Amino acid sequence: MNSFKNSIGKLNKVFDNKSRLGIMSMLMVNSAINFNELKELLQSTDGNLASHIKTLEEKGYISVSKGFIGRKTNTTYSITKAGEKAFREHLDALETMIKQIS
Amino acid sequence: MNRKQGLDSIEDIRNMMERSSRFISLSGWSGVSAGIFALFGAWFAGKTIKSVEAIEHIVKQLAIIGTLTFVGALLSAFAFTWMRSRKTGVPIWGRAARQLLVSLAVPMFAGGSFILYLLWNRQIALVAPGCLTIYGIALFCGSRQTFEEIRYLAYSEMILGLCSLFYTGYGLYFWAAGFGLLHIIYGVIMWIRHEKPA
Repeated sequence: MNSFKNSIGKLNKVFDNKSRLGIMSMLMVNSAINFNELKELLQSTDGNLASHIKTLEEKGYISVSKGFIGRKTNTTYSITKAGEKAFREHLDALETMIKQIS
Repeated sequence: MNRKQGLDSIEDIRNMMERSSRFISLSGWSGVSAGIFALFGAWFAGKTIKSVEAIEHIVKQLAIIGTLTFVGALLSAFAFTWMRSRKTGVPIWGRAARQLLVSLAVPMFAGGSFILYLLWNRQIALVAPGCLTIYGIALFCGSRQTFEEIRYLAYSEMILGLCSLFYTGYGLYFWAAGFGLLHIIYGVIMWIRHEKPA
């Protein structure tokens, strides 16, 4: 029972939210995704997505790079080393938790 | 967090990874319909080769049949995939679709130009092996962005294309097998694995 509590403790609170978990999942398998693509894939609003991105950025889990396509700004997001580590640990914790309950 | 929430979480992660990196609207029926068009095309081409004497006419007619078959197969394949996309609610045009299109279009364009050159110079014997091998390469390039069955279809097309090099004169049969039968077989497999109502 003790180890069960430990594995729950390792679950990352930042990834409790479905949108943030979604952003991290997508960035794990794509090297860079821009704002509109994220919005489309999550079926989210501008404001909502921006606030989740900000949280992940502040945590140091994703990095932002601003570029241009023609004259339009194109902001792309990538996962950082720390983000990848945090995500993997979250997955491991999920796995342990599920194994222990079943 | 309980077990159910944990499993839901994992399901969400898997979903998002797939949605963002793979084109998952591709329908098995698209393969079947493209295969049927290919079989009809091959049948017409066979009749043309038997009935027309002058090689100039054959090349011209084959080019017309080839174009019509390609357009028909593409449109019908698109229609089934579009219907699946409507049914599953996954937008057809997105990041994965764009990447898949580029991966397929680049080798297909280069390969297609190569085949046209062969036709132009009456290298008819190399047309079927060329079509199959190039199509296999294009599918292999695109297979990362969609279902994994496509990779096996790609291997099959390439093997068939290379084998057909050794059977000059049977090109059309190999062509019909590669673009007709293989499409239908893989279409059915994909339908069973991804679409069949449980």
